[in-house]
This record gives sequence, structure tokens and C-alpha cells, in this order.
Amino acid sequence: MLDRVVVVGAGVVGLSIARVLSALEGLEVVVVEKEADVGWGASKANTGIIHSGYDDDPVKYPNRARLAVKGNRLWTTWAEQLSIPVDWCGSLVLARSSEDRRVLRELLARGIRNGVPALRILDGEEVRALEPMVSEDVVEALWSPTAGVLSPYEATVALAENCVENGVKILTETLVKGVRVKDGSVEGVETSRGFIGARWVVNAAGLYADEIARMAGVSDYTITPRRGEYLVFDKDAGPKPSRILFPTPTPVSKGVVVETTVAGNLMIGPNAVDLPRDAKEETYTTKEGLAYVWREASKLVKKLPGKREVIRVFSGLRPQPSGGDFIVRVLEEPEGFVEAAGMRSPGLAAAPAVALEILRLMRLNGLDHGFKKRWKAERRAGLRIMGLGWDMLEKTVSRNPSYGRVVCWCEGVTEGEVVDAIRRGAKTIDGVKFRTRAGMGRCQGAFCRLRIAAILARELGKPIWSITVKGTGSELGVGDVKSLLEGEDVAD
Amino acid sequence: MRRIEVTCILCPVGCRLTVTEEDGEWKVEGYGCRRGLAYGLEEAQNPSRVLITVIPVDDGELPVVPVKTSKPIPKNLLLKASKALAGLRVKAPVRLGQVIARNLLDLDVNIVATRSIKARRDRVEADGQK
Amino acid sequence: MPTRRVDLLVVGGGPAGLAAAARASELGVRRVVLVDERRWLGGILPQCIHPGFGLHRYGRDMTGCELAEKLIDRVSSLDVDVYTEAHTVRMGYESYLSKTAEVLTPRGAFRFRAKTVVYAAGARERTCFEAGIVGSRPAGVYTAGEVQEMMDVWGILPGREAVVAGSGDVGLIVARRLTLEGVKVKAVVELMPYPGGLLRNVVQCLEDYQIPLLLSHVVLAVEGSKRVESVLVAEVDENLRAREETVKRIPCDLLVIAVGLIPRVELLAGAGAMIDPKTGGPVVNEFLETSLPGVFAAGNALVINDLVEHAMEQGELAAESAYRFIEDGGFRSASWKRVRVGDGLRFVVPQLLAGFRDVKLYLRASSPSENARLLIPELGKSVRLRSVRPAEMITLTLKAEDVLKAERLTVKLV
Ligand SMILES: Cc1cc2nc3c(=O)[nH]c(=O)nc-3n(C[C@H](O)[C@H](O)[C@H](O)COP(=O)(O)OP(=O)(O)OC[C@H]3O[C@@H](n4cnc5c(N)ncnc54)[C@H](O)[C@@H]3O)c2cc1C
Ligand SMILES: Cc1cc2nc3c(=O)[nH]c(=O)nc-3n(C[C@H](O)[C@H](O)[C@H](O)COP(=O)(O)OP(=O)(O)OC[C@H]3O[C@@H](n4cnc5c(N)ncnc54)[C@H](O)[C@@H]3O)c2cc1C
Ligand code: SF4
Repeated sequence: MLDRVVVVGAGVVGLSIARVLSALEGLEVVVVEKEADVGWGASKANTGIIHSGYDDDPVKYPNRARLAVKGNRLWTTWAEQLSIPVDWCGSLVLARSSEDRRVLRELLARGIRNGVPALRILDGEEVRALEPMVSEDVVEALWSPTAGVLSPYEATVALAENCVENGVKILTETLVKGVRVKDGSVEGVETSRGFIGARWVVNAAGLYADEIARMAGVSDYTITPRRGEYLVFDKDAGPKPSRILFPTPTPVSKGVVVETTVAGNLMIGPNAVDLPRDAKEETYTTKEGLAYVWREASKLVKKLPGKREVIRVFSGLRPQPSGGDFIVRVLEEPEGFVEAAGMRSPGLAAAPAVALEILRLMRLNGLDHGFKKRWKAERRAGLRIMGLGWDMLEKTVSRNPSYGRVVCWCEGVTEGEVVDAIRRGAKTIDGVKFRTRAGMGRCQGAFCRLRIAAILARELGKPIWSITVKGTGSELGVGDVKSLLEGEDVAD
Repeated sequence: MRRIEVTCILCPVGCRLTVTEEDGEWKVEGYGCRRGLAYGLEEAQNPSRVLITVIPVDDGELPVVPVKTSKPIPKNLLLKASKALAGLRVKAPVRLGQVIARNLLDLDVNIVATRSIKARRDRVEADGQK
Repeated sequence: MPTRRVDLLVVGGGPAGLAAAARASELGVRRVVLVDERRWLGGILPQCIHPGFGLHRYGRDMTGCELAEKLIDRVSSLDVDVYTEAHTVRMGYESYLSKTAEVLTPRGAFRFRAKTVVYAAGARERTCFEAGIVGSRPAGVYTAGEVQEMMDVWGILPGREAVVAGSGDVGLIVARRLTLEGVKVKAVVELMPYPGGLLRNVVQCLEDYQIPLLLSHVVLAVEGSKRVESVLVAEVDENLRAREETVKRIPCDLLVIAVGLIPRVELLAGAGAMIDPKTGGPVVNEFLETSLPGVFAAGNALVINDLVEHAMEQGELAAESAYRFIEDGGFRSASWKRVRVGDGLRFVVPQLLAGFRDVKLYLRASSPSENARLLIPELGKSVRLRSVRPAEMITLTLKAEDVLKAERLTVKLV
């Protein structure tokens, strides 16, 4: 039997698991991902909050409650080891009514039970002293200093790079179509690129986890998409809060948040709209959804910037499990089938803890590899020109002129950074964008997309029109400019 | 009788002109000033436009060069002319004003470059990366 | 690192910046530096391969590319220090006689200290997000300028079947350009009940090719996950709101966004200049001087121009003002009058007048009309305009002595 584990899904959960497993001696780890790059499922389109862990009821949702608190603490180390931009800014849950105040006390009590440190309820004055932009209607807030925000797409990229350095193979544009089970044990996965044999199959397929489970004969849960829409403002638009601003939660969701992303943009969202089970790709934005987000966000602050300052809207799909709680388990039947599924919020926060939990469970079920002597915990981030002081910047440019050629004017990203991203694995325009921020500014790529495509074309040796935005089927163009006219009859 | 609708573009008023022809007699109606009269006749009898397109360039700093016809060509031949040019290529360097093709569709017009395109140096090497 | 001291720094090498640098050099300003972030000078002109440039000034209709080479040749023959691929990262106002700029280029990172600056950074296009278009976010949604650059600089065909959102000149020109390469343009969709572009372009870009123009329509949403598969379009009511019962789906693989330009003023605003919400550009006085003394603005960074000649003459005026600023050490104080934008107009530039010089006003009408009158009641001035269109900038020259006389100034269109 091959000593190989196949992880299905290169989201933050699958990659966290792969990272942990990559520390084991003699175990081959393969991550299989259907998209052209890592982290393009729920992991790229979310609020990016490392929740502190007071939200979840430890009786109803024991995994969520336990793993979020633990994940929060682990992220402090992981983010540092992996050079993931993170801001441990803390969060405020804002209460605007006496009912809200009652809920705050519940949250506080739950936080204490879950082991969340440093929680405190502030009065309205205190809240506005911390965050002057908070609405005058706010009477109290639960302050949680251990919450943070990170850049979710940079997190998956960092995890992936660290995995690869530790010997993990990541296969992109590879769709898992079946799980081969023989005599009650998994033997591997059937993919669009052929069969991959394995002793363990870890299902971290996000929205599709229920389908992967069914391929393995497991059908005790379903995953439905719950859509969340966002609006992102221009970097120069403000005021921006220093901490994450939550409304008092409802039973369905934590509500529309007002936050400053790690890159410094004001962002509001998400709403929560349940979609049918098969709507797993419907990351649409809607007029109603965005209007709702705007209305809800407006309640938390004195004033939002003008609508003209919105530079981007997007949406993500939460993988909502039928049972409500995260599914983190090693099955007896089929043997070797492992699941980290139903990772709705706070799945990002919990990911490192989920990974360690999976390792613990696999150990209990016969995984007996020891730790590698040499395992690299650190990963170095690419150079960010705009993050350098002027002197360093001068030195860098004189050593490598391409770090002086700005290709994305809004975010100040240089050719050198783009080339570095490509050498680190970006194959698409979005791949470059999520690694460098090129195209994330106010012009949304209208100025830089073609220059970036030209660099990709040169580095990958492909014609420029065939460079894709996000993998096969999303080519920039349909051919050379003459392609519709050539070969046709000249007679009209 | 032939009847042609023409919008005068000589000033922002944009009169809608009706041009009719009967036994070689041309008549224009609906113009707001004399200029529209002449314009209507020209557009009805001999409408023509300059064709603008690009031609692929081999070994150039850029892959295409923009071009135009040296004179306006009959309007109904624009698409045909554009198709006729597909397949044509030119080698860098190209200079502004360079004639790239002669006597397009026997119309006695040339295709002229409207931008200069230098020959390619190897940019990768020039940047000192690699 | 050495700071380079210069008399005039021109930010942006489009027609406005090129005209400014040339004029300043001709006037005898020493140490003129022009920086532009692109590989070629000319700003957006090199991607405009269509004719329609320079007729008013040179008596000859040129394509954008042709005009660009003409302007570049002029600057090359003068004593102007040109930096291309030079992105201005930051600008600062240090003192009355010193403004700073940090410029990043492949040849090094430079810091300039300039007595005067002409800011001519042009505009950017509004995106599908700013147009309120929702739905999915696949490949095949590009701004009009990007489509021009795709086809005519990089030789890429962006799609087979297109819908164009917006009927300004840019949208119309792109619709024709696509058609000539064999792309089927299924519709040009315009929110307003009248086309946004010049009549000439409606006729020569759409009517010539029988491309449907859907007035009072809006593009609501994009469909398709990897590539555009269709767009949803609806009619709008008089309040410009979509009428649900009229929503229809147009299959296409390309959506061109041509819904207007926005002046690129981030650097100016970052240095502290006051911005006019009506134009999106800086507030300027009759010298085209911004609220930062010695910093002048011109071209599309000042106000969106439809004629390249206007951008160029603004560049030249800015250069002349910079020259005077350097020679005289700035301008005298005066009682500046803020021009009030009356009915029927979207904006008036310059915003501040004192009567030091005759001044050309640039204005844009709110809606089309025939036989309109442009009024300045305080001066008893009234100008008949046969026909006005928002697509065409209106200009009006005021005499210095008239401006001096008036207590205040209101411009309106009736
Ligand atoms: C709107 C929204 C807001 C959120 N906010 C937060 C927050 O603030 N904090 C927080 O902690 N959590 C948040 N979450 C939750 C968090 O984003 C998720 O829990 C987390 O990203 C889940 O990661 P994952 O790896 O399980 O899933 P995914 O990132 O979806 O990864 C699954 C991967 O599997 C791949 N895949 C699926 N099927 C196949 C197949 N057959 N073959 C190969 N590959 C396959 C997919 O392409 C995908 O890349 C939010 C989620 C959403 C949508
Ligand atoms: C598609 C289109 C079609 C048009 N058609 C016509 C026509 O037919 N006839 C006509 O007369 N007019 C036409 N116009 C209008 C006219 O061409 C423009 O008004 C004019 O080009 C504006 O010139 P500009 O110099 O202000 O800006 P731009 O040409 O945009 O130049 C500004 C330059 O500044 C650079 N820059 C910006 N920021 C920085 C920075 N931080 N550091 C360094 N450099 C910077 C930019 O990259 C750019 O190169 C058209 C405009 C468009 C957009
Ligand atoms: S006919 Fe005269 S008035 Fe009418 S559009 Fe033509 S030029 Fe203008």
C-alpha cells in the first residue's frame, strides 16, 4: 500500500491540513484542486476575520466553538511563520438596543465558557473614544482584543508555498471525479488527469464536500451555499475603523461587518442568502443584496463614504453543512476516508486547529509516521516595493531594474513583483492579482491587465490572447485581432 | 425613384435629410442650411470613409501597427476592404507614413502606417533579468 | 540620494503634458522635466487609431497615433528632460517655492524638488462596478480603453459578439472598431434618452454598420462564470430606474464598459489640493493653478475633455502660468470670485476668476437642447447657441475687464 495521502481541495482548510501532514516523515502528500490556482473557493471571498471565538454555542456546535478559539491562537504563530499580512486589531460587537445589550451578555458568557481571553463590555462613550466613527445609537459594545483580520488569499498562497517547500505536490486544474473504495478501504481518487492511489483521502472540498463524500459512499450530510456579498471602497475613502465593527448577531449570521482590510480598504459585508444545494458556483452579486449590505452597515457608523467611492463588489459562498457544525472526522467506513467539511464561518479562523485535530484523529486511526527532522516552518513573502523605505527601494531598483517598472499604477506593483509571483506559481491574471494586488485598485485592472498579460505571455511562452483571467475557458481574448477575418471568403 | 435617408453631421443640430433621385434628378429635403444640401448629395451619391485598422507586425516591439487608407473609400466597401487586408503582415521596423500595401481592391488607394513600430530588442535581456 | 532640483515638473506625457512641456521650454523655462509612467509618450493617443484629432488646430484630420508622434517630435526637439516608464508615486507641497515628487523608474528611484508642477495625469475609465453592474465577474468584461489597447496595441481580439454599455464617443468608436474586425456588436446600450457622443460618431460608427442603439436602457448584470455568456439589459423609466418587466437577456461573450472617465487626482489630493465634486478634477483659478500655489492642472486630469485641442491649450496655459510663477515668484493676491454653476450646466472650469487676464471658460450642458442661451446675468452677457449637447464642451471667453467689474459671476444655460 502506498504511503500517500490525497487532500481534495486547496482551500485554507485543505492546505492547512497538508501543511501539518507535510511535517511527517515518509508520508507523501498530494493536494488536488479543480481550479487553476489555490484558494479560489470560499477561501478567497470572505471577511478575513480571525474570530476570537465567543460566537458559537459549545453545546450545539462543539467543533466550531472549540476550534475557533484554538485556531485564533495558532494563527498568531502561523501568520508570523508564513509572513501572512495580519492585523490583530480586535473587534467590537455593537449593541443598539436593550435586546442587543442582553445578547452582548450572552456572548460574553459564551466567550468565557469557550475560553476567549480579554473580553470586556464597553459603554457607548468608551466605544466612541476607541472608534469615533461609530454611530451615536450605539449604547454598548463587546470588545474582543484577540480578533484579527488577515488577507485570506495571501494566506492560502503562503500555505501553498510552504507546503511545496516541504515536499507537498499541488495539482491544479485537476477535478476529483470519484473516490475508489475496495473492501471497505479507500484506494485513491479518480481525477480528470487519471487515478491517484492513496491510503488516505482527506475531503476538504468546501462546497463540494458532500459530493466527494457521496463518491466514497458517505451521505449523512449535505452542503448548501450561503451567499455573502461585499462592497470594497477606495483606499483613500474614509473614515475607516481601526477595529472590526460587528452588529449584534442574529441566529442566522454574524451580520454585516464594517472593517478595514489589511491592505487598508474600507470594506462592508456580508449578507447571508441561502441558495439551493446545486448553486455551488453562483457567486453572483445582486442589487438587493448590495443594497441590504449598505443599509445594515449604515446603522453601525455615523456615515459611510459616498457610493461613488465603491471600487469593487464581490460575493462568496459559505459551505453551510446540514447539521450546522464543522464535520471533522476520520471514518471507519470506508477506512482511510477523512473529512474536514462544512467549514462555514469561522472556518478560516479555525483552519490551523482543524488541521491539528485531523492529525490527532488520523494518529488515533493508525497513522504512525514520526515528525521529519528537517521541516521548514518559515515561508518568505515576495518583495513589496511600496512597502520599502526609499533607500531600500533605490538599492533594489539599481540591482534589478524591473522592480522600478510600475505595471499596476493604482497599487504600485512592479514588473519585478509580477515576475516573482509567476515564478512562485501564478499562471493567470487572477493568480498574479491575489499574490501582488495588481488590479485590485480603483481602476480594477483596466490599466494594468494587458501589461500583466504581456509579462505572463513572455514568462509562460504563450500568445498574449490566450492568457487566462482564471483558468481554461477564461482566456483574455478569442484569438489574434485578425482571427475572425482570416480564412473567410473575401466575397461579402 | 430612389430615396435615401441621411443624417447631416456638419453641425450638432443633426438635420435628418431625405435625398431622392428620379431620372437623374437629385433632390434634398430637410436641411437647416446650405451646407446640409451639399452634404446630403455627397452622402447619397458617393458616401465614402477612411478605413482604419491594424496590420500584424513581425519582429516588432509591438505585435500590430495601426494603418489607414490614404483616401476615403466607398462606404459599402469598408468591411470588404478590412477582410482583404487580413493575412497581410509587415516586418518591423515600420515608420509613420510608410506605405504597407498599394492599390487596395483596385481602388487606387494605399494602406499607410499611422504609427512607428521599432524592431524588437530582446526586452528580457535588456532588463538584466533572466 | 540626490534630490533633483527643477523649475518645472510635468506629470503626465499625454497631449496636455506634452503641450505644457513644449510651451514652457519655448518660453525659456530652464530645467523642464516631464515624467510619464507609460512606455511611450502620448498618453491615450497611441491607442486611438481613429481619425478625429487636431482638425481645429492643424487644419488636418489626424489619427490619435499620428498626432502623438507630431507632439512627441516637438518635445524631442526642445530642451526637455523626458522620463518614460516613470511612475510618480507621491507628490508633496513643501513650500511656496518647492513641491516634491517621488518617481520610480527602471533606471532608478528619483526625488524631484520643483518650483512649479503641471499636473496632467489624464483620466481613468469608470469600471463596471462603478456603473452598478452586478452579477458574475468573468473574463470578457473590459473598459473601452482597454479594448482599444487590446486590439490596436497588443493585437488581441477580445470577443466574437459584443454589447457596449455607454454611447459616449469612446463607446461608439469602439463599436465600429470591433465591427471592422468581424465582431458582431449586438447593441450599444445608453441610459439616457439621447446618445452620449457626437452626432458624427453616432452616424459613422453605428448607422453606417446598422448597429442597434438602445436609448433609455441599462445593462443590469453579467452572466457566465469563466467567460461572459450573456448580459441582462432593461429599459429605464423617467427616473432612470430599470423596469423589471422589460429585462431581456442578450447572449454575447464581450461586454465593453464605456461609461465615462474620471480625472486621476489622487496625487494632487494627496498633496492637499482641493477637488471640485462637479468635475472630479481640482479647483483651479484662471491661471489653471490649483489650491496649491505653483501647482497647475491641465487636460483630462483637470476636466474631461472631448477635444484634444482643449487638453493641449490647457497644457499651454498651465505652462505660461508656471513661467509667470517662476519669473514673478507667484501671483498677486486678489479678490477671487467663485463662479457659480447655474441651471442647465454640469460644471464650469476654471472655478475661480479675478480678472488678471482674459479667460476661456469650459462648460458642459446637463442635457441636449436647441436654441439655448448661455447667460451671465451679472455681466448682462447672453450668447445664443444653436444646439447644445452634453457630449460637446462649450467654451466661452470672458474679458479681464468684465471679470474685474463683476461682484459675482453666475453662468447658466436656458
Ligand atoms: C461570505 C463569507 C464570509 C466568511 N467570513 C469568514 C470570516 O470572517 N472568518 C472565518 O473564519 N471564516 C469566514 N468564512 C468561512 C471561510 O471562508 C471558510 O470556512 C473557509 O474558507 C473554508 O475553507 P475550505 O478550504 O474548507 O473551503 P474552500 O476554500 O471552498 O476550498 C475547497 C476547495 O476544494 C476545491 N474542490 C471542490 N470540489 C473539488 C473536486 N471535485 N476536485 C478538486 N477540487 C475540488 C474547490 O475548488 C476549493 O478550492 C466566510 C465565508 C464566506 C463565504
Ligand atoms: C477613447 C478616446 C477617444 C477620443 N477621441 C477623440 C477624438 O477623436 N478627437 C479628439 O480631439 N479628442 C478625443 N479624445 C479626447 C482627448 O484625446 C483627450 O481629452 C486627451 O487625450 C486628454 O489628454 P491628457 O494629456 O489630459 O491625458 P492622457 O492622454 O490620459 O495622458 C496622461 C498621461 O499621464 C500619465 N500619468 C498619469 N498619472 C501618472 C503618474 N502618477 N506618474 C506618471 N505619469 C502619469 C498617464 O499614464 C498618461 O500617459 C478621446 C479620448 C478618449 C479617451
Ligand atoms: S444641414 Fe446645416 S443646420 Fe442642419 S445639421 Fe447640417 S450643417 Fe447643421
